[in-house]
Amino acid sequence: MRPGTEAELAEAVRGANGPLRIVGGGTRGIGRAVAGEVLETCGLAGISLYEPGALTLVAGAGTALAEVEAALSAEGQRLPFEVPDMRGLLGTAGDSTLGGVVAANASGPRRLQGACRDSLIGVRFVDGMGMVVKNGGRVMKNVTGYDLVKLMAGSWGTLGVLSEVAFKTLPVPETAATLVLDGLGDAQAVVAMAAALGSPYEVTGAAHWPGQGTFLRIEGFAASVAYRAGRLADVLAAFGDVTVEEGAARWPGIRDVAPFHGRAGDVWRLSVKPSDAAGIAARVPGDVLYDWGGGLVWALVAEGTDLRAVVGPFQGHATLLRASAVTRAHVAPFHPEPAGVAALTAGLRAKFDPRGILNPGLMA
Amino acid sequence: MDMPQPDPAIIARKAQIVARLQAVLPADAVIHEPHEVRAYECDALTAYRCPPLAAVLPRTTAEVSAVLRVCFEEGVPVVPRGSGTSLAGGALPTADCVILGVARMNGVIETDYANRFIRVQSGRTNLSVTGAVESDGFFYAPDPSSQLACAIAGNIAMNSGGAHCLKYGVTTNNLLGVTLVQMDGTVLDIGGAHMDAPGLDLLGVICGSEGQLGVVTEATLRILPKPEGARPVLIAFDANEVAGACVSDIIKAGVLPVAIEFMDRPCIRACEAFAKAGYPDCEALLIVEVEGSPAEIDEQLALIKAIALRHNPVEFREAADEDQAKRIWLGRKSAFGAMGQINDYMCLDGTIPVTALPFVLRRIGELSKEYGLDVANVFHAGDGNMHPLILFDANKPGDLELCEAMGADILRLCVEVGGCLTGEHGVGIEKRDLMAVQFAADDMEAQLRVKDVFDPAWLLNPAKVFPLGVTAGRRAA
Repeated sequence: MRPGTEAELAEAVRGANGPLRIVGGGTRGIGRAVAGEVLETCGLAGISLYEPGALTLVAGAGTALAEVEAALSAEGQRLPFEVPDMRGLLGTAGDSTLGGVVAANASGPRRLQGACRDSLIGVRFVDGMGMVVKNGGRVMKNVTGYDLVKLMAGSWGTLGVLSEVAFKTLPVPETAATLVLDGLGDAQAVVAMAAALGSPYEVTGAAHWPGQGTFLRIEGFAASVAYRAGRLADVLAAFGDVTVEEGAARWPGIRDVAPFHGRAGDVWRLSVKPSDAAGIAARVPGDVLYDWGGGLVWALVAEGTDLRAVVGPFQGHATLLRASAVTRAHVAPFHPEPAGVAALTAGLRAKFDPRGILNPGLMA
Repeated sequence: MDMPQPDPAIIARKAQIVARLQAVLPADAVIHEPHEVRAYECDALTAYRCPPLAAVLPRTTAEVSAVLRVCFEEGVPVVPRGSGTSLAGGALPTADCVILGVARMNGVIETDYANRFIRVQSGRTNLSVTGAVESDGFFYAPDPSSQLACAIAGNIAMNSGGAHCLKYGVTTNNLLGVTLVQMDGTVLDIGGAHMDAPGLDLLGVICGSEGQLGVVTEATLRILPKPEGARPVLIAFDANEVAGACVSDIIKAGVLPVAIEFMDRPCIRACEAFAKAGYPDCEALLIVEVEGSPAEIDEQLALIKAIALRHNPVEFREAADEDQAKRIWLGRKSAFGAMGQINDYMCLDGTIPVTALPFVLRRIGELSKEYGLDVANVFHAGDGNMHPLILFDANKPGDLELCEAMGADILRLCVEVGGCLTGEHGVGIEKRDLMAVQFAADDMEAQLRVKDVFDPAWLLNPAKVFPLGVTAGRRAA
């Protein structure tokens, strides 16, 4: 099914007599495989409102991310949260859609300032009974009623099928610089990143690629970037030699986890307390890449590894991103929740999708 | 303002309920004498008052859990209360409710600079969160005007903002985790020092739920390194429209000020009379603040100046030193006090698209004439969060009702142009009956289902946020 309007979408969901597999661009497919009729959102496309002076963009959930990025770029703006392109890592093809970005709460290195859910200011969606719901709107400050916008971000289509999303946009900074520290061990690198992030120099990216370097990004007006790069280099001098590179050419690779592209094995994503990162990563039997100052650890391990069991308990959670269907069937892709939280989650799903037809089991 | 009829059966059982509360709390934590509970009869929306059945002031999460368990078993509604600074009546009691105040839970549990968070008990005041970390060079960004008094619990309940959220976001963007006690006493930890949710973003829906989903007893808050410095400029215009256009141009140019505040002529005059900040006599005034090192500030202000000069301002005033900077902020910071000196006022909180600013200000001016009530506008222009202050005389019969009717018209106008009823104060009882202006029945139904899941008995702050007619069946259930 490929509805072309929100009303058609509502009709399609209402009339469904079995599970639906909801597909945007199909570039971020993770979780347990969903057996169901395919419901494509790409017909719900188009930017319906873009006001650069109000930093606001509203578009159909099926709008291609590339189209949105081009429209923003033409006005010198961007989505603030640096959307990762997961095709290389997951071996998918197709064009990412805005609704898919929201459903995955897809947030790159700039999550340090805010995730996708922090820039998302409004949604329209169709729940599992075919009811059309709007929440939030097109203004940045809005506390009217419950914030279902946040609830929809990262819900992977299990609470409703998004039909429209609204974002706060931001100007693209005039320039960027990347500070590089070579040769740090993981634990030292995390400490160095914490020092940078604890400085007033507004670091918008903090990543560590073992063996390749530790990277810190600064963005803004040219004179300001030059000044802050200098000051930050002083802060980091205690950790080793600092090189300052112009621009941010390294960051798309970090954002998209390029070091793991084309390599065999399972990919996990660990969200942790940053200062725990190196200790946790030391227990990972494979390669790691640190982003978010250590708060995000990407891990490449042998096929079939239950990384949660291997690493043991830690504060945060681990998501199995890429693995065979067999592995995903016996290792839960999403981190098991404590009983009380799981009860709330199950309760919400039962209310929004009482028939259990929206991507059923995907987040199990 | 209608409130549900109190349940006479609960009131009749007051002695038994109080005894059960006393059994699980220290003696000084249960307040039940009629003359004592009066202290909790209202919040900062003082036009509406009702003493509660009792008030409790627990000191720990375990005590909160015990209190809620008792109330759950007794079927008694609970109204959570932070510092009682809500302008929307978020903490207004009913005669059959227990007020659960978190004011005694004000400790710092953990400060972690390496991971840039602080964990506090939720009764801690907003400003004292910053107070706990500022000597080490950090701060907590959301800065509601009431930050000296308001509690983190209330900030989370209302998803509070402030003047500086243009750059740093509101509470939800700075909240990493909570300890939430459910109505049946269950204690849950949601979120923590990590930066996203493992599954559904429950934290996101808890923040801003106005105390209807659970009682937050502890919170993990993101703290940020203090900028090297900050400096405001004052820009005066002879028309609201021009000031509005200037705001839009500044934003488009890629400068991201931490604050862009707007005041119109009635507000400027009142503030000037009150605070004598030396503001120019003009139609509209912007205060724009930027941050960074002195050189960075100079660079940003030069850009802002170039943009402002294109709009032919009456005056572009820079601050040569700290004292001049303070004087620029002085009038703005005294705005509410200044208005309170001349009149009773009602402070609205609708948000509009920034581009609709000139139209909305013109319409508010027309409504002011129609209703015969003066309005002063002071607001966060960068993000479109309006604060029209409608002046009225509380002692004049009918004036409050007239003021409320005009306020409702202004909020309808905000929604009509694409905005919303409330940007940072919350719905409470104040805007409850206007929810249908912004939301269709199904939009509200989806929200009510969330409450059904978190609080199936509908005992937590039940008479707020949604029109009573919409929640009647659930509250009775």
